[in-house]
Amino acid sequence: MRWVLVTVIVVATVLGDLLQSHEMKRAGEQSMTTHGVARLLRTIAQRRLLFMGVACNAVSFFAFMALVQREALSFAVPASAASYVLETILAKFVLHEYIGKRRIAGALAVLGGVILVGG
Amino acid sequence: MEGQRRSFSVVLKTYILLLLFLALKALGNSSMAWGMKQVPETMSINPALYLRAMLNPFVAIGIAALILALLTRMALLSLADLSFVLPVTAIGYVVAVFLGQRFLHETVTHQRWLGTLLILAGASLVGSTAQNTNPSAEDRQ
Repeated sequence: MRWVLVTVIVVATVLGDLLQSHEMKRAGEQSMTTHGVARLLRTIAQRRLLFMGVACNAVSFFAFMALVQREALSFAVPASAASYVLETILAKFVLHEYIGKRRIAGALAVLGGVILVGG
Repeated sequence: MEGQRRSFSVVLKTYILLLLFLALKALGNSSMAWGMKQVPETMSINPALYLRAMLNPFVAIGIAALILALLTRMALLSLADLSFVLPVTAIGYVVAVFLGQRFLHETVTHQRWLGTLLILAGASLVGSTAQNTNPSAEDRQ
């Protein structure tokens, strides 16, 4: 069950990251003042893809709640780093990006780390 | 001069948001983990269980802190590239393991520490190349 929850967290996080990163660059500079937060919330409500990104974060969040109930925090948080591996795979095979040796080495290090953390 | 002042202000805002993000994430994760361990029902796909769990004050504080962390990260992404944000926020993995061991009294083996440090190194490597999709750009580094 622990790896099912980690998988849900990872997939939802990666989708959320991609959508947020794409949309926030278009939305312009944001701040964390009272007005800034209100503007940010309006931006989320107005941009469909950004809203979907936040929804993905919500799914990831509920799966994280279930995971920390069953497992130690020192497993749950580092294991969620497997998202770097999925991001690299998606970048290579879906977005057809060039993936350099450093990025492959980094993704493999994260994968090795997640296996060690879960062992 | 005006441009320099503006770029200094952006850098300062970026680092303030970064510290705020790390602090909120650490508080949120620890509080959530502590609170969820006190919830008697095991979470499943039933949404009512999650709503009931949110009545636990530690879970509620954790959720509030993690929502603020999410908003802070979005503000951070509007100022800085993902290639900067990903590696520096990876420090959060080490912080979470430390907090788990120190405050939640979890047993953290050497293997788990090694794995976490490997994840930090790997995330930093992946993040530092996240924007370089051109072979010549990365080969120059």
